[in-house]
Parts: sequence; structure tokens; C-alpha cells
Amino acid sequence: MADQIFFGAAPYVLLTIAVVGLFWRFSTNRYSWSTQSSQFLENRTLFFGSFPWHYGIITILVGHFIAFLIPSLVFAWNGAPARLYLLELVGLALGFLALFGLLALIYRRITNARVKTMTSSWDVLILIILIIQVVTGLGNAIFYRWGSNWYAAAAVPWMWSILKFNPNVDFVRNLPLNTKIHIFNAMIFIGFIPFSRLVHFVVINPYKYLVRPYQVVRWYHRNPKTENIVQYK
Amino acid sequence: MDIRAQLSMSFHMDKCIGCHTCSVSCKNVWTTRRGAEYMWWNNVETKPGAGYPLTWEDQERYRGGWEVSGGSLRLKLLKGPGKIRTLANIFFQPNLPTIDDYYEPFTYDYQNLFNAPASDDQPTARAKSLITGDFMEKIALGPNWDDDMAGSPLYAANDPNLKGLSDSQKELLTKFHKLFFFYFPRICNHCLNPACVASCPSGAIYKRGEDGIVLIDQDTCRAWRFCVSACPFKKPYYNWATGKSEKCIFCYPRTETGQANACAHACTGRIRFVGVLFYDADRIEEVAKSPDERLVEAMREIILDPNDPRVVEEAKKAGIDENWINAAQQSPAYNIFKKWRIGMPNHPEFRTLPMNFYIPPLSPILHNAKADGGGMFDPVSTEFFTEIDKMRVPVRFLANFLSAGNEQVVIESLKKQMAVRLYVRQQRIGDVGDAAVKSALSAVGLTPKDCEDIYRVLTLGTFQERFVIPETHREAQTTVDPRTMYEKRGTVGFGTKKREIITGRQW
Repeated sequence: MADQIFFGAAPYVLLTIAVVGLFWRFSTNRYSWSTQSSQFLENRTLFFGSFPWHYGIITILVGHFIAFLIPSLVFAWNGAPARLYLLELVGLALGFLALFGLLALIYRRITNARVKTMTSSWDVLILIILIIQVVTGLGNAIFYRWGSNWYAAAAVPWMWSILKFNPNVDFVRNLPLNTKIHIFNAMIFIGFIPFSRLVHFVVINPYKYLVRPYQVVRWYHRNPKTENIVQYK
Repeated sequence: MDIRAQLSMSFHMDKCIGCHTCSVSCKNVWTTRRGAEYMWWNNVETKPGAGYPLTWEDQERYRGGWEVSGGSLRLKLLKGPGKIRTLANIFFQPNLPTIDDYYEPFTYDYQNLFNAPASDDQPTARAKSLITGDFMEKIALGPNWDDDMAGSPLYAANDPNLKGLSDSQKELLTKFHKLFFFYFPRICNHCLNPACVASCPSGAIYKRGEDGIVLIDQDTCRAWRFCVSACPFKKPYYNWATGKSEKCIFCYPRTETGQANACAHACTGRIRFVGVLFYDADRIEEVAKSPDERLVEAMREIILDPNDPRVVEEAKKAGIDENWINAAQQSPAYNIFKKWRIGMPNHPEFRTLPMNFYIPPLSPILHNAKADGGGMFDPVSTEFFTEIDKMRVPVRFLANFLSAGNEQVVIESLKKQMAVRLYVRQQRIGDVGDAAVKSALSAVGLTPKDCEDIYRVLTLGTFQERFVIPETHREAQTTVDPRTMYEKRGTVGFGTKKREIITGRQW
């Protein structure tokens, strides 16, 4: 029954919160859509936190995402043991990289007075969610061997069943507790995106930057609908 | 030809007395909010000096501006072809200045002066950080810290413009009888080829087509902070409280209604001039790629003559309003930069094509160079023309920060200013001699009419002569009713839809 609630119903609640929340925040309070970077206040420890954290976690997320889209690719790759070891090892290393970065970021947030004053309760909550996520993720990789294989075999079909509005909890029912926490925490994380600085990775513009011309010119004359125009009565 | 209009400010540095009235009026109008205390959209530096933020001109450290590499123009920040490097550094920027390069904003614990319990000692108001709220042991840096060359061996000695000066010239920092400094007021240059715009991954920064003002769209800014690194003048500032970058907005809510900018309006020395320039946007890249010694000349070429009937026709075709064309024809900016050729851009070698122009200061000739005794500059003397290298401020220094090292451009301006002085002195006092004046004028290619005009605008200029700011047509205005100006005080002036002042994080 608990599985039904956590992995059958909760995903819908949290996904709805994420989608509606993002739309709500974007349409009502675009001004607050920011990374809230604190590099300007402290940049020495940040280097050891931000770089490893972002590069580690983004690569791992991309890995999760590829396996989610094409699980057969994972099975094909893992067919030869050497390649399986390589994948697992790289994943583990990136996980530790992200953990190292995250710990550095937490340390910085606790010890630096300037960064501390700019820390909101949402930041604390996010850091707790993230550390749970990374630690349980590493736990999966270390204690429950060949996670890449059973991620593609169990979690991916479950995720697809959720997306197809036909939730099948059987896929995840028998997973170890550590993995269940990892999965449920990930959903909490998604549900939190609209309510924190996490919105900063829901952005399109930086990718457009690579193809747009250097200079941006806006003409109010030619396009009166340009954003920012205020009409006072 | 793609003709566009640009609002431009010029500064007559000889007349700047370093009173900071401009900075204070700017601060009162725009940056009195939390997170913006350390920002001075307008600031006045002492030159030689380290500046604000410290050594901002040192692009080896900050990597702001552009460089020409393999025949193409690219952001110095990218250190390689393509923009991928920008995205690769998005999580941590190696070249970003931190608050310690500006100063930690502080206030004083004034309440203690009233509330302190009775004691044998006088109560004090200790400094308190405006970031953390904690008491500060020591104020290490503040606004205008090295004003009037305070601590020059520590601060002014690091001025990157001292590059290429001989040791004896550098004595202007330390030897009292050689000492000379001047003030350098700075606002955003609203460049034609802005590096901040080019570096913004969000596309939040833009140049307005109608008047060339460079703005940051506060709703699109995502705090990637590239503008701060890429701008060689360090004029975009990061608001650490709201997580948005902000910059000088050229007081566009004022200029749109034909009013002078807050800084320029308040200027007690009347050193500022605001006017319209027409330029050819098709040639921006070509001009920005010019070799260093030709940069100022190339920038003068891109500015079009508003009295040329063909230019007027093109301007009309481009949809520029009649009142803008009229304003361009009376523009002090055009006269100072292009017609009289006495103004020059700040650090053109950064290749952003800055659109503020500076008239370099004259300084006394070191008459006592040989005698080492004392002595004053003799204003009657025409010696200035031959002994310009004996000026207290070395031409090299001025050239380093006004003309990409091209001394001829600076000398031309200095000699013209001196010619005007001689001309007017001959008229008023008559002790220079007509022949001397005539030869001075012909040496620099000025006509008596030019001298009259330069003298009139630079010294007697009325409000209307100094600020020729056309109103923006009502349908194209971004902030319409000037009566709302008071309400909008402190709301950043970006035309954001929020009436309330946002002073911190919301999430």
C-alpha cells in the first residue's frame, strides 16, 4: 500500500506541482528566476565546490536520461564485462566528484559569513535533498552491484509506466530501501524546482547563445510589444 | 548604410573638481537599495589611481573587452574561438571580480552614540557591514578610497596607464613638486560594440535601437555574471542580494522626456555635455578591428555628419524623428568628438567603441625642470606648443587611457585647447600678439569661429547648449509619465512591472 502511495500516486502530485509551479512562477514572478550566484561574495571555496559539483552531477544526470530514453543501449553496452566495469567506474567517480563538490558547497555556506547571510531556508532544504540524493546514489552504485543494468531494467520501465498514465509499482516494489529513497527523493527534488533557485537549470537561453549573433538590439519603435514597456494610466 | 542614433556624454576633464555631486545624485536616484550599496553607476576616480574596482583597466587580470585574433573580433574572455568557453565557465568564472575588489559596503552603529550606557569613555559608532550586519574590525577599502592620490605608492602605482612611462615621469606620483593629478568621472560608455551584451548567455542585455542606451532586462537576467567580467570598464554590477546584474541606464526615463541625466544635471563644474550622434551600424565590426594607432580616427569616421543632406535623408529613411535630426545637428557630442576633434574615447583599445568622450586636461609645464626651484607656468607663453613633453601629466599617460597609446591624438587636443586659450586671452587682455595667435591657430587648424564656439560651449555653455536631448516620441517611450518619477525612485528604472522595491531574495 505504501508503495502504491509513494510510487503510484506521489509522482503525479509532484510532477503536477513542478509543471504548474514552473508555469506559475514564470508568468507571475520572472524577476526571481535567477541562479542567485554568490561567487561575487566568495570565490575561493566556490571553485572547489561549483566546478566538481556541476560537472559531476550534470554528467550523471545526462547518463540517467540517456538510459531512460534508450534502455536497450545500456544493455547492449553492458554486454561485455569490460565495458560494464568502465561505465560503473566512471559513474562512481563522477558521483564522488559531485559529492566532493557538494560537501565543499555546504562547508562554504556554513562557514562563510557573507554567504551565510544570503542563504534562504529554501537553500538549506535543497542542500539536504541533494546530499540525500548523492549519498543514496553512491550507495546504490557501491552496495547493489551493476546499478546501470537494473536501473534500465526496473526503474526505467517504472518511469515509463508513470508517464504513460499506467503506473506499475511492481517494477520498483522489490528494490532495496536505499534505492527507494533515491527514487522518491528524486521526485521530491523535481517537485521543488519551481520553489527555489533550482529554476536556474530550467533555462533555454544559454543554449541559444551559441547560435545567436554577439549583439542584441531591441527596437521599441518597430516592435511596440517589446517586453518591459509599462503603460501607466 | 544602416544609420542609427546614439546618446553620448562628453566630459571636460579640466573643469572636473572631483566633488562627486554626480555620483551622489546618481546614487540617490538609482542605487540606494540593499545589494546596490556598493554600486556607483557614476563614479569619479583620481588619475593616476587604481580605480574602482581596483585596477579595472588591467585586462590581463579581468580579460574584459575584445581582441582581434586571426582577423576576427572575439571576446577576450573566451580565450579561444567560439562561444563554448562561455558556457564551460558558467559555473565558476575565473575572471570575475569579487566584492573585495570594490569594497564591502558598511554603515556605522550610530544608535550606540545615543544608547550607550553611561561610562568614562566617549561612545563610538563602530563600522558595521551592510552584507552580514557584523561589526567590522577594520575598513579595508571604501568608495573613492584613493581619492586625491591618497596612498599613491600602494594604489596609484598600480595604475596600468603608467605603462611605458620613464622613471622620472613616474615621479609625478611621489615628488611633491612634480605632483599632478586630475579627476576622471565615469559612467557606462553605452558602447557601439558592447562586450557585456556579447557575453550575456541569457541575451538579457541589449542595446536600444532608438537611442543606443544599453540596458539589462531584469526579468531575463539569470545571474550568469558574464557581463561583469566581459565589460572592460566594469560598469555592469552584480546585485548580490537580488541575484541580478544592474548597470547605468543613462537615466533613460529622464532622457526620454528630454531631461538631462541626473549626474550631468547635478554637475557643479558643468563639465558634462550630452548630445545625439548618428553612426553607421554596418561599419561597427570593421572599425572595431582597426589597428590600435588608428582606432580613434576610425571611430571618428563611423560618426556621420548630421549636416550632410545625404545623411539627413538616410536618417529619415531609417525612421529617425525630425527632432532627433535637429538635435544631432546641434549636438555638443558631435562637435567635441568629430568636428573639433578635442574629445576622445576612454580606452578605445578595448574595442568596444565607447560612446563617451573626454577632453584631456591641460597641466602646468614643468618650468622648473632645470632650476628645480619653483616657478609658475606663464600663460602668455606659446612655449606650450614646443614643450608639451614637459607637461606635468606626461602625454604618454593620457594617450594610454584615451587614445590606445596614440600620442598625436592627445597632443592635437591639448594644442587646440591651448590655442583657444591664447585666442581668447588676446581678445580679452591683448598681451599675446595677433601673430602669435594666428600661428597657434594655423598650427592646429582652427578658425577664429571654431575658437569662439569652443570657448562658448566649454566655458559659458548654457543648460540648453550643454544638453541637447531630444524627446523620445510618446508612442516609443518606455516610461511614459514623468510624474511617476518619484514613485519609481529606487525601482532600478528598468521599467519592471513591479512597483515595490525588491531588496533581496524572494525564494
